[in-house]
Amino acid sequence: MIVTEFARNQWYVAAYGHEVGRRQLGRTVLNEPILLWRTEDGRAVAMADRCVHRRFPLSESPSHLVGDRVVCGYHGFTYGPDGVCVAVPAQQRIPRTARLRTYPVVEQDSFVWVWIGDREPGDTLPPRAPWLVSPDYATVCGMEPLNARYGLLVDNLLDLSHETYLHGGYIGTPEVAETPITTEVDEDAGIVYVSRHMDDAACPPFYAESTGIKGRITRWQDIEYHPPCLYLLHSRVAPVGSPPPAADGTDPHAFHVEVVYAITPSTENSTYDFWAVARDFALDDEKVSDFLRDSNRTVVLQDVAALDTLEQVLAREPDRYQELSVNIDTGGLAARRLLAKMAQAGAVRPEAAAR
Amino acid sequence: MNADDAGARAGRTVYRIRWLPGTDRLHASCFCGAQREFEDPVVLWDWLLGHPEGHRPGRAAAQDAPAPAAALV
Ligand code: FES
Ligand SMILES: [Fe+2]
Ligand SMILES: [Zn+2]
Repeated sequence: MIVTEFARNQWYVAAYGHEVGRRQLGRTVLNEPILLWRTEDGRAVAMADRCVHRRFPLSESPSHLVGDRVVCGYHGFTYGPDGVCVAVPAQQRIPRTARLRTYPVVEQDSFVWVWIGDREPGDTLPPRAPWLVSPDYATVCGMEPLNARYGLLVDNLLDLSHETYLHGGYIGTPEVAETPITTEVDEDAGIVYVSRHMDDAACPPFYAESTGIKGRITRWQDIEYHPPCLYLLHSRVAPVGSPPPAADGTDPHAFHVEVVYAITPSTENSTYDFWAVARDFALDDEKVSDFLRDSNRTVVLQDVAALDTLEQVLAREPDRYQELSVNIDTGGLAARRLLAKMAQAGAVRPEAAAR
Repeated sequence: MNADDAGARAGRTVYRIRWLPGTDRLHASCFCGAQREFEDPVVLWDWLLGHPEGHRPGRAAAQDAPAPAAALV
């Protein structure tokens, strides 16, 4: 079964930092409408995107910001960054219950993470993707909305064998589907690792054109999935015959690409597909950036089209449709299980579902 | 919880599955030391997650058939 339950009491990427500014941004995460904006001193805040009065969305105009306050565009209820209502039209008394739910926010590695749950995060921090802000890497990124349940995207990303078929001509070559994989699940850390190392593979255009490699390559794909939200693909590409990484971890003879996905469930059948590609070569080459941005976006859109179609099919089928799993699905099955466990652990008590 | 974990996983609660090159078989090993080969990843996960049921450290058991649990506990 594909996991359809949401895992609550977890960090999720709601936006890129550059999307959050002095104009309100509305995002729906785990079915919760969230309003994101930045205070005058630059702090990102997240709060419920529904006015307590008549539920008008605060992300919709004519709602607007005045200094560090959000003014509802319908009748003017006004809220501070702590969610507390500070002004009600035509009266002095502000009802004590007039406050918006706020969400804990962490800005890290170019992402704005929000904590969705009924308890506080405590010491729990989101997992890291440091390449996205490292001066040693150049990064391109984007976000595509997906009209499919998030479990389909998890399945998709945990099994790269589909590259050969869905993304042939971009990132897929025959070797990707043919090379066996190793899967590891770290139960304590809650991480799924899936690795495929190709010793002698064709160089797909995505890498040939960005690195300038002409011949065949050694191609490593090491996936690290931190359920529920963060997926990292450590990709190493080197001409066949290049020395392997040194014992100290340096690897000057290879090109490194860090592909990052944040998989954020929006509703039961829609998902935010945040994607980023960071590289440690041709850092200042705009042409390479443009090429990688366009190619990766194309690849993401190929997945989006396929998964949107799949969602339509699944939505029309009875709940317990029959599916078949084979060897390439080993990692995906592991991810589903961890997600199901997290969903169970974070399951809400019904009375806590309101605010 | 970061990339450094990848190199430092010894001694943890780790399940490991290797797809044996040139075959259709999957080799599963549990953190307790038990190992077994499978052809079906679903059966494989059932066995791994059944830990400790059916797991006997260091001994590779038969293939794919669900573990005869009663005989092993
Ligand atoms: S709905 Fe917001 S002030 Fe009335
Ligand atoms: Fe894909
Ligand atoms: Zn075991």
